[in-house]
Parts: sequence; C-alpha cells; structure tokens
Amino acid sequence: MDWLFFGEISLAGLAMGGLYALIALGFVIIYKATRVINFAIGEIMMFAAYLFLAFAGGMELSPWIALPMAVIGGSILGGVIEKTMIRPMLGESPISVVMVTIGIASILVGLVEFIWTADPQLLPNFLPREPVFIGELYLAPKIAYGFLIGSALLIIYLLYFRFSRGGVALRATASDQAAAYSMGINVRRVFNMAWVFGSLAASLAGVLVAATGGLSPQFGIIGLSVLVVVIVGGLDSILGALVAGVFIGWLETVAGAYLGGEYRMPATFLVLAIILVIRPYGLFGTHEIERV
Amino acid sequence: MRIGDAKQSYEADEAIWTSQTQKLWLGFFLLILLVFPFVVDSYLLYLGCLVGIAVISTTGLNILTGFTGLISLGQAGFMGVGAYTVAWLSINTALPFPVTLVLAGLMAAAVGILVGLPSLRVKGLYLAIATLAASVFLHFIFAEWESVTGGMGGLSLEPAHLFGFTFQSDFSMYFIIVPLAVLMVLAARNVFRTRIGRAFIAIRDRDISAEILGINLLRYKLMSFALSSFYAGVAGGLFAYFYRVVTPESFPLSMSIFYLAAVIVGGMGNLLGGILGAAFMTLVPEALKLLTAALTPFYPNAPVFMSPMLEIIFGALIVGFLIFEPHGLAEIWHRIRRFFRLWPFKN
Repeated sequence: MDWLFFGEISLAGLAMGGLYALIALGFVIIYKATRVINFAIGEIMMFAAYLFLAFAGGMELSPWIALPMAVIGGSILGGVIEKTMIRPMLGESPISVVMVTIGIASILVGLVEFIWTADPQLLPNFLPREPVFIGELYLAPKIAYGFLIGSALLIIYLLYFRFSRGGVALRATASDQAAAYSMGINVRRVFNMAWVFGSLAASLAGVLVAATGGLSPQFGIIGLSVLVVVIVGGLDSILGALVAGVFIGWLETVAGAYLGGEYRMPATFLVLAIILVIRPYGLFGTHEIERV
Repeated sequence: MRIGDAKQSYEADEAIWTSQTQKLWLGFFLLILLVFPFVVDSYLLYLGCLVGIAVISTTGLNILTGFTGLISLGQAGFMGVGAYTVAWLSINTALPFPVTLVLAGLMAAAVGILVGLPSLRVKGLYLAIATLAASVFLHFIFAEWESVTGGMGGLSLEPAHLFGFTFQSDFSMYFIIVPLAVLMVLAARNVFRTRIGRAFIAIRDRDISAEILGINLLRYKLMSFALSSFYAGVAGGLFAYFYRVVTPESFPLSMSIFYLAAVIVGGMGNLLGGILGAAFMTLVPEALKLLTAALTPFYPNAPVFMSPMLEIIFGALIVGFLIFEPHGLAEIWHRIRRFFRLWPFKN
C-alpha cells in the first residue's frame, strides 16, 4: 500500500469533510430551531454559487466583493423561503413539510436552469494557486483554502451560538419552545434567523465547493451526502455534524479514489444504513422517547 | 351528505358501489376506457398507457404513504426491480406476460419487505432516508451487476406474449395496462374493507394506539411495504414491456419524488386521489409541451425554456397543493360533486 497516496487522498477527503461539516451545521441549525428537515439545502448552495458566478463572472466584480454578496443573497433566499413557504406549514405533519422542501428544491433547479441554462459552468478562480504541502503531502490549493475559509465561519458560528444573545435565544427555542416563548423570546424571529443563518453557512460552502468542482444544475445532489452526514451525526447535534461531516467527507473521497467514483454514494449510504439500524438517532443525537 | 343515503347495515356502509347513479357513471367511464384506443391517435394512446402505469404505481405508493403513513423515497427502485425481473425473464425464459408480471411484483415485494425491516425501529423521516438509502443501493446494483442487469447499457427485451400472441404495439399494450390498472385499483379498494386495510389506517393514525389494539406493527408495516412494492413491481414490469428497454437511468430518484408528488397532489390516503394525481402529473408535462409548440412560432426560444419551466411547475405544484389544498385533487373533485348534488339549494 502506498502510504503517501493514502495520506494525500485522506487529506483531501478531510478538507472536503470540513466543508461538509459546515453545510451540515447549516442543516442542523435549521433542524434544531424549527424541526424542519431541509431537503433543499443542496439547491440553496447551488443558488448561492450561481449568484457568485453572476457577480464575479457576469458583472466582473472582484471575487472578494462577489463572495459576501452571493452569501448574503443565499441567506436572504433562505429567509424568504421560510417566510413564504415553510411558515404556512407550521404544525403540519413532518412528511408534508419535507415534501415542501423537495418542491422548493425543484423550483430552485428550474430557476437556475431558466436564468443560467443547464450547461456546466466554471467559477472564476479566486483562491491562491500555489500548491500547499503539509509535511510531504500535497493538497490542492482550492481545497485547502476552501477548508480554511469554511473553518473560519464554522468557528465564528460556534462562538456565536455559545455566547451571543441571538445564539442563546436559538438554543433556548430548540430545547423548549413554550418556555422560550414565555421568557419573551420572539420564536418566529428565531425561526426566520435559523433559516437565514443555516442558508448562510450552506451558501458559503456552496461557493467554495463549486469553486473546486465546477457548477451545474445537478449540483444539489451534494444535499444527499449532507443528509447522510446529519443522520450519522444526529439531526440535532452540532458536534455530530462536525465529526460526521469530516468522517463522511473522508470516506467518500477514499472510496472514490480506491474503488472508483461509482462507489462514493453506496459507501456513505452503507454507513448510513448501519447507523439507522444500530443507532437511529445518530452518533451524538438526542434519543427521543415517545410518550403517549 | 346525500339525501336518502341512510345506511341500515354495516354491509351497506362498507359497500364499494353505493348507489345506482354511481354504478351508471362507472359503467360509462369503463365504456370510455374501452372505446378510447379505437378513436384516438397514437400520441393519446401512448399517453393513456403512461397514465395507466402511473396509476398502478401511485396506488401502490398511496397504500404505503397515504394509508399506512410510511413515507418512501424508494418507489422508483422497486419499479426498477420489477422491470429488471421482467426483462431478465423475457430474455432467459419463454414465460407469458401474466406470469412474468406476477413474478416481478413478488420480487419487488420481497425487496420491499427487506427495505421495510427497519420500519419498526425508525419511522417518519428516518424511514424516508432509509428508503432513500435502499434506492441508492438498488441503483448501484442495477448499474454494477452486469451479468444479470447488463450494466449501464441495460437490457432490451422481447414484447409481451400470451398464447402465441405478441403485444407489439401501444394499441395492444393498452389492453394489458388499463385493465390491469382498473383491476389493481379495485383490489386496493377491497383491501381497505378488510382487517388488513383497517390495520394500515390505524397505524397511520397513531401507531402506539394501534399496537395496544392488538395490531402487530412489524407484521402490518411489512405487509404494507410488500403490497406497495408489489404494485410498484407490476408497474415497473409494464414499464419494461412498454418501452422494451431497461437501464439504470430509467428509474432515477426524481421518479420516486414524482410518485410522491402524484400522491400528494392527488390526495394522500384517497384512492381516487391517487388516480387523479397520477393522471394529472403525467399530463402536465405533455400540456406544457403542447403549449411550447404553440408558442414557438412567436417566441423561437420557447423550447429552451420548457425543461426549466417544467421543474418550476413541478415544484410549485407540490408546494402549492401542500399549502393551499392539502387534501389534493380528490378534495376539489368532491367539492365539484357536492356543488352539483346540492345545486339549486346551496352553492
């Protein structure tokens, strides 16, 4: 076995996993606050990446202005989706709400094809090009810098939820909605903010992933990998999202490198199936006990 | 509530055909179905066959999702199992189509039971994701098990045959698909008059209460999975006979979502809804195609925008129905009927 090759693949996988962790974090924020499983997260990422393409490629803005604009655009999209399509479904069965997010995903794919056509696109390169070496191991610069930017946002999020007023409100709503209401927390606003913050994380990750792998209307498929991540980590666990994100990213890349691209999805879904059978609530998720 | 509709026995309450008028209309409808292939052109005939296949599969998914409350993203995968079974049997054996279709259904049912096994431990969205995993594995098997499935190239099969007669054209396929669809919807209707069907509904309404009432949850959930995938398998088998080629890409995840959407748009837990939803969702893309063709002389770019428009309309239908009309087309249908029934008195 070639350990150098294995090391490089693993490193690339871990860096990719960092981005998965960021997307999964966005997913978990939305789930924790609103109990909505967001099947449209991949499409929100895709939409933000296309916005970046429009700003940086079409309008020829500097990528460093286009990036925040695209990310803000993506988070506004999340807020609008929550206000117009998720809010009316409050109190409906989870199946219905999930189907609404699937419908939203389809609408977003259609919109993107409508505006930017169905052809694959390349994002303008904005990350430094010098190859990165960690010890002897080579890492593609796009992946490495993507990982760094992603981790920075991840750390900001973790600090924000730990210490800020908004973060505490979000955690309070997640643990007990009624109590949060009676303590004067504006739960509706928290719901909306959760979607905005969740979409923000997804949007940034979307631009970074698209910068390494290209962009097309099928980009939203990555949402399936994220789904695996959050189920394995536990739907309502931020720690789970981080650990499982890194693990699934690594597993996917290693399986793709050693077994071939067609094994990427089955490998991660095998882990998913095992987790569903032995620990349905995920590695770090809360085990909900149903009471009559 | 209809005037003069007082039921005096349980038997009358459970009857499928409740009134003479209903029988009359149904007879009329069946007559239309019978005459239909003789009077329409080949395009409408093709659509009729597609709707028939969709009705079977949607009814199957309705049994699982609408009546038992178990959401499944694996319907396309089960249809694939049925289609590959039929394709393999038609290539390697000389069995006539009724046998291969039943075997396709049974094969899909067996896979359905396997997939349904986690349903006792996980439910709701976790189950949806378990079925999603199943459809990923099935797709992988279709693509990789080359000695049986022919890999990415798929399989081409012989037309369906029975007693020396081959069903080559759409016209002859119509007479397999549509009677089968009528039969299977009728069978589904009958299931819900029995203990099994009522157990499904009890599980949907509250699984814990159902268990306390003495319903063996695992057994009935698996039964629901088996029945639903049997329908999917038969629909997949018909799909194989209809197109006569089966590839892994014939049954993508979007097809599972299509059938879920058909169940929702039609009306969950309502067999009529399943039929309406299947017909509606199959015909919407065709209507859009017609519209595009009509618009092309004025806007030459119209065909370019058709596929994205279709995605948008598809999503908007799902979201719109769930928000504004959660009981689906079936509810609209009932409203129209109510209007005519009460007509001069209330509107």
